[in-house]
Amino acid sequence: MKRAAQSTETPQVGRSVPRLESWLKVTGRAEYVHNLRLPGMLYGKIFRSTVAHGRIKRIDVSAARRLAGVHSVVTGEDVRKLIAEPYYGPAFHDQPILALDKVRYVGEPVAVVLASDPHVAEEAVHLITAEYEELPAVYDEVEAMTSKAIVHDVLKPAGTFPDLKHMKGRTNTNIALDFHLRRGKAPEAMKTAARVFEHRFRTQQVMHTPLEPLVSVAESTDSSLTIHTASQSPSFVRSEIARLLGWPENRVRVRVPFLGGGFGAKLYIKLEALVSVLSLLTKRPVKVSLTMEEQFFTITKHASTFRIKSGVTRDGRIVARECEVWWNGGAYADIGPRVTQKSGFTAPGPYDIEHVAIDSYALYTNLPPAGALRGFGIPQLVWAYESHTDMMARELGIDPVEFRRRNLLRDGRPQATGTVMRDAAIEKVLERLQALMEWRAPMDHGSGTVRKGRGIAIGFKACVSPTTSLAMVNVNADGSCIVYCSTADMGQGSDTAMAQIAGEVLNMAAESVMVVHSDTDVTPYDMATLGSRSLFHMGNAVKLAAEDALKKLNLLRNELQLPAEAPIPEVFRKKYGMQAGNVVGTGSYIPSYKSPDANGLTDNATPFWMVGGSGAEVEVDTETGRVQVRRLVNVADVGTPINPKIVETQLSGAAIMQLGFTLFEKMHFDARGQLRNASFAEYKIPGLLDIPEAMTNEAVVAEQKTGPYGAKGVGETGTFGVSPAIANAIHDAVGVRLTSLPLTAESIWEKLK
Amino acid sequence: MRREIHFRLNGEAVSAQVAPHENLVEVLQENFGLYGARESCGQGMCGCCTVLVDGRAVSGCLYLGSLVEGTEVLTVENNAEPDAVQQAFVEASAFQCGFCTPGFVLMTRQLLEEHPDPDADTIKHYLSGNLCRCAAYPEIIEAVKLAARKRRKS
Repeated sequence: MKRAAQSTETPQVGRSVPRLESWLKVTGRAEYVHNLRLPGMLYGKIFRSTVAHGRIKRIDVSAARRLAGVHSVVTGEDVRKLIAEPYYGPAFHDQPILALDKVRYVGEPVAVVLASDPHVAEEAVHLITAEYEELPAVYDEVEAMTSKAIVHDVLKPAGTFPDLKHMKGRTNTNIALDFHLRRGKAPEAMKTAARVFEHRFRTQQVMHTPLEPLVSVAESTDSSLTIHTASQSPSFVRSEIARLLGWPENRVRVRVPFLGGGFGAKLYIKLEALVSVLSLLTKRPVKVSLTMEEQFFTITKHASTFRIKSGVTRDGRIVARECEVWWNGGAYADIGPRVTQKSGFTAPGPYDIEHVAIDSYALYTNLPPAGALRGFGIPQLVWAYESHTDMMARELGIDPVEFRRRNLLRDGRPQATGTVMRDAAIEKVLERLQALMEWRAPMDHGSGTVRKGRGIAIGFKACVSPTTSLAMVNVNADGSCIVYCSTADMGQGSDTAMAQIAGEVLNMAAESVMVVHSDTDVTPYDMATLGSRSLFHMGNAVKLAAEDALKKLNLLRNELQLPAEAPIPEVFRKKYGMQAGNVVGTGSYIPSYKSPDANGLTDNATPFWMVGGSGAEVEVDTETGRVQVRRLVNVADVGTPINPKIVETQLSGAAIMQLGFTLFEKMHFDARGQLRNASFAEYKIPGLLDIPEAMTNEAVVAEQKTGPYGAKGVGETGTFGVSPAIANAIHDAVGVRLTSLPLTAESIWEKLK
Repeated sequence: MRREIHFRLNGEAVSAQVAPHENLVEVLQENFGLYGARESCGQGMCGCCTVLVDGRAVSGCLYLGSLVEGTEVLTVENNAEPDAVQQAFVEASAFQCGFCTPGFVLMTRQLLEEHPDPDADTIKHYLSGNLCRCAAYPEIIEAVKLAARKRRKS
């Protein structure tokens, strides 16, 4: 990765340490829940709904029970005997552990067969039959606003997280949450603008498809439960399972080894409540591991519709903007309400606009649930506002980079919420993007049937707030160091980054620091590994814990009248007469935050901003509509990287993932809500042949002053600008403007005809 | 139902009781505790389950376990010391979550046997049956080139 030299470079931080677990991963020995087998373990296989919306009339499990080798079959009614109200969720307690009374989407879990042999369990699933009284269903997010088909009879807000406390229980609506922001007087300003532009954009439903499919194992006694799970949020799993069972948290233990990818799919409760109940009912360890197909029926990324309207002055200044966004949340809210609000307030984009009105709606529909996927809704928004920006610039005859520059939101200026921008290198990202794209040089647009074009886009995101991370740093008597934190390493390299931060404070090589994986009996609370929050929040907590340990070591040195440079083993030997004892430092971090007022305004919306821009050069075949991305440039403000190589791979990986969501990935549903392409044979993700010929990834020189050693999160930033940059480049090449993702050859060819 | 099969696994003569429907990944995991080959897509589309049978890469999730009777099976766990390919993957940072990595390592070894000095296009086509959702693809191409250089040197 290209990067200017930093004057702040220090021995551990700023060094491209290879991932600590590198050798385990290349030799196939890294620990995943996927590998876990316990003595006496039963495998659970799930029977799923075949209708999109219906009342359960009858479930016949008798034939399945009779199959030789079947241990038992469990339905929602069996679950209700153990837990009277078996509903879970981070925003609403709306999702039953197994369907009760109603089913709300095709693929919803209805019953589970348990057997020692997973093949027997699977065969028995095919012997289950169910009858439903079908109800009218709704699939489209805009229709869901007014549809007579109501997915949930009553909405039940959870009240778990402080940022989602304002939600209210309602009836006779599919709107889980509506967020409204009013700044200035957008309707009036629109009337006085020289030009008004209005466009509507859509994004499609897609799936994370981590290559380690969702998997959980539970083992239990009468009074305790241990859950081994591929989860990004062990602390939430513990508190939610304890709440469901009415147990104190110290009787529920949640352990998380490495994750084979997450991308937001493995957050909150997925299979954990199910395996817990199954283990308590059978008094046996129980494992449920989904197939790739089943993942598509578990959690997805929101499809969305975005109406955006801007009023612009004669000299190209945007003075007013209205944003109306509808998020297709599927049958269960999961974390959709947070997507609606937290992403919703950035819907006007990284621009300095005086009059803004935002209406953002989280909607229930009869589709598989939608949650967080690498960007928490931001890629859907950037897709719309950066296509819109490009369309306006071209209409006005202003260069797209120049048009953005005139309207850019600069540090010290208030964003739509009123929060003043700090440490957000929006301007730098745009300037570097322009330079790397050689934007001022003339562009060869091709000829004949192969036309070329280029486009750029820039987006930003506010980190979710307020959230908490705690960490412990233990220094042993031999001088070695262990970090205890509940951040899940799903490939983003958090173990390595935390070791670098602790090593920096304690002046130890990062490679020598051990990071203990999440175990809620051992590692302290962490909100979750999501939204690019861990490096900032957990990084700050680990730094504080390491500083606390260092302070205690120095107090010991002082007490023992040892010099400041006395080696650690010597300190312990003098204190305890042998190699014994240890020093434990603790750290906790929560940033300040202010909830939005009735107008959606707050002067403290987020602890930090992420900024990402992309530039694309494409070739379009005018006879087939085929698009080839020749070059993709990704520029980001990541603060000061702790590990430059890992930062580069995060930017690159995020951009290629978004390339799949841009060009081909889409879940196809039929008219009855049945998913048609739930497998890799029919749902294509990017492979080696799909990557751009040339890619450049650059972190601009920047510093997040409140972050650990100037750093902030990077996991999602590479996704922001990819989709609109490619759409803008396609328009530049062949004059075709697409307003729905994915940008397929067919959709281009249709417009070229 | 189960029958005993005999084969060579990572250089050693072994035997296992195998049911007719069990695939090679299950045989390796259940009988030998080898987890480097792992089922992901279950359709032979992703390459996470790659195993070498008589020197040829197969999708272990689609390959019936009983078919390895009398063959030489190699998994990623074969070598005690990391080889040039594994070293190159570490040096080039050619993975993130690591779930697909054993498949890429085995497929890269086969690629380098056939093409000791592959260009980017050859690498892309040869490894196109292996998927990486973290999309460490640019780094994987670098790692393969680096491994080729290391092998030529030694």
